[in-house]
Amino acid sequence: MAIGMFIAFVLVTLLITFFTAKKNSGSNAYFAAGRSIKGWQNGLAVAGDYMSAASFLGITGMIATAGYDGFMYSVGWLVAYLTVLLIVAEPLRNAGKYTMADLLAYRLNERPVRAAASLSTLTVSTFYMIAQMVGAAAIVKGLLPNVSFNVVAFTVGLLMIVYVVYGGMKGTTWVQIIKAILLMSGTIFLSFLVMKHYGFSFSKFFEAAAHVPSAGGVKNFLNPGMKFGSAINPWGPLDLVSLGLALVFGTAGLPHILVRFYTVPDAKTARISVVWAMVIIGTFYILTTFMGYGAATILNGKLPLDANMIAPTLAHELGGEVFFAFISAVAFATILAVVAGLTISASTSFAHDLYANVIRHGQHTAPHKEVRVARIASFVVGIIAILLAIVLQNMNVAFLVGLAFAVAASSNLPVIVLSIFWRRFTTTGAVAGILVGLISSITLIIISPAVMGIDAPGTAANKMHFIQHAAIFPLQNPGIVSIPLGFLAAIIGSLIRRDPRAEGMFGEFSVRAHTGLGSEKASDH
Amino acid sequence: MSLRYFDNLLKSLYTVARMNEPAKPDWEKIAAMPEFQALLKAKRRFVVPCCIFFTIYYFSLLYLVGWHTEMVKKVVLGHLNIAYLFALSQFFMAWIIAFLYTKKSSKFDQQAAAFLDHAGFKK
Repeated sequence: MAIGMFIAFVLVTLLITFFTAKKNSGSNAYFAAGRSIKGWQNGLAVAGDYMSAASFLGITGMIATAGYDGFMYSVGWLVAYLTVLLIVAEPLRNAGKYTMADLLAYRLNERPVRAAASLSTLTVSTFYMIAQMVGAAAIVKGLLPNVSFNVVAFTVGLLMIVYVVYGGMKGTTWVQIIKAILLMSGTIFLSFLVMKHYGFSFSKFFEAAAHVPSAGGVKNFLNPGMKFGSAINPWGPLDLVSLGLALVFGTAGLPHILVRFYTVPDAKTARISVVWAMVIIGTFYILTTFMGYGAATILNGKLPLDANMIAPTLAHELGGEVFFAFISAVAFATILAVVAGLTISASTSFAHDLYANVIRHGQHTAPHKEVRVARIASFVVGIIAILLAIVLQNMNVAFLVGLAFAVAASSNLPVIVLSIFWRRFTTTGAVAGILVGLISSITLIIISPAVMGIDAPGTAANKMHFIQHAAIFPLQNPGIVSIPLGFLAAIIGSLIRRDPRAEGMFGEFSVRAHTGLGSEKASDH
Repeated sequence: MSLRYFDNLLKSLYTVARMNEPAKPDWEKIAAMPEFQALLKAKRRFVVPCCIFFTIYYFSLLYLVGWHTEMVKKVVLGHLNIAYLFALSQFFMAWIIAFLYTKKSSKFDQQAAAFLDHAGFKK
């Protein structure tokens, strides 16, 4: 039945994709949905792009097993949107065209800046994408034990290629909107069932959460410390702060979230869409309380071993086969939609930044050619994602998502902020900031306990550390070191040598970024 | 008749075409206009305190949870402890700031429109 519902979702979204594709002509339509998406629609699409499998399956599983500390992810992921709302969304919409690099290239030397920004965009998108594909593997193992992962990876990959190559930004946006509505309905209904189980009494619900029978006696799951507590790991509290930094500053540097603000007519609509997204995402993350603690209490003693399967198992327990099928289909749809969103942002950056401006030296490239390159790039990105997912299917999902957020926070956010607010920011600073942020965050993760560690003999192959050696860096999350390094490199790089042209253009940039003068307009079609 | 000749021809055509373009506005002068500076100042006076506030509010949660775990375990409402209530309050904090910013920014929009009008740009 889960497969039937999933096929229904796919058919509906494919129909919409083909319908919108008919009107898809020109690069504005393909890359930015003709800038015609409404505020509430884009709010839903941002929420759809953001609430990935890691949010829905991951947080529920984490609260169910680690209690309060799992809820810390929920909090960070919403507060992060204040950075997007207050600092990034409007200037980006006003001064850019299709990608994050547009903002940097406005005043700086285009080729090096676009090459660096494109490198970090492709890196972040790839890590994020592999995480989604690998997440799909876990669900498939639980739901369809008879279907091999390779089949699923190919199905997800090919569908996503169809959405992106034919539907462009508009098709992808509608896939996100439908998926966000489905995910919210599923979450609200699952929370409703949990509360029904407790006779709609919050007091009974929280009483149960405060008294969860566990191996070491009754535990209070509302108390912090089960994951980041200093009793478990002396570096735990610092790791929590480091994670918080990566979440709060990483979101405003995620390429697939940033490109969404180009799909609306103006900065005001971009702002409205962030607020819509915050309402939807906030509601969703508050509801993780009910799903997570509901699973911890109701499924007590019969939690599935795979934490990713906890939300679907809870749905099965409370809502029976039909609801289980619905939640599983929603989980598939979530992965499919997020992967499509990542693919379009990666291929846009490839076509617009690398191809049109770096390889073709910024000579005039016909818009239809840029679109064709983007279509080919999405096809290639899709194939690469399928292959990487098959090769890396046993990798740790949290590690990959953490890497994506840490890289986004360390390499993208510092240069975005400095290019908006600092007159003296230079090309050298931008390239140094991006590269140092990128390299330091990746290096620190490689030498962290997420990758390095000595496993006891007999550990399952997919649970083992990659490098059998004691970790060199004590924290799981590199943000607390790599974010300041990214800022520092960008600032020092700019102070070494002044760039009179960039400084001279700051006045023009400021006027445009803060007033929307001459910004890209919505196109009629 | 070589490619270079053709290239030069294109270049001169381009230069002639450029000569007919209107003169570039003096952006430094426009950016220095009091209306624009007032807009930037107004935005800064709202956005900077907001950013400082939410950063302190958010990281004080992480600080208390990490280093004062026993204190935030104190139950204050029904079965709810300080840790959970403080975490829940973060959502409302974010929503309130977003709401205040939306209200405030309609004023910024008006200010920006008035400035553009005065600077001679037609919308």
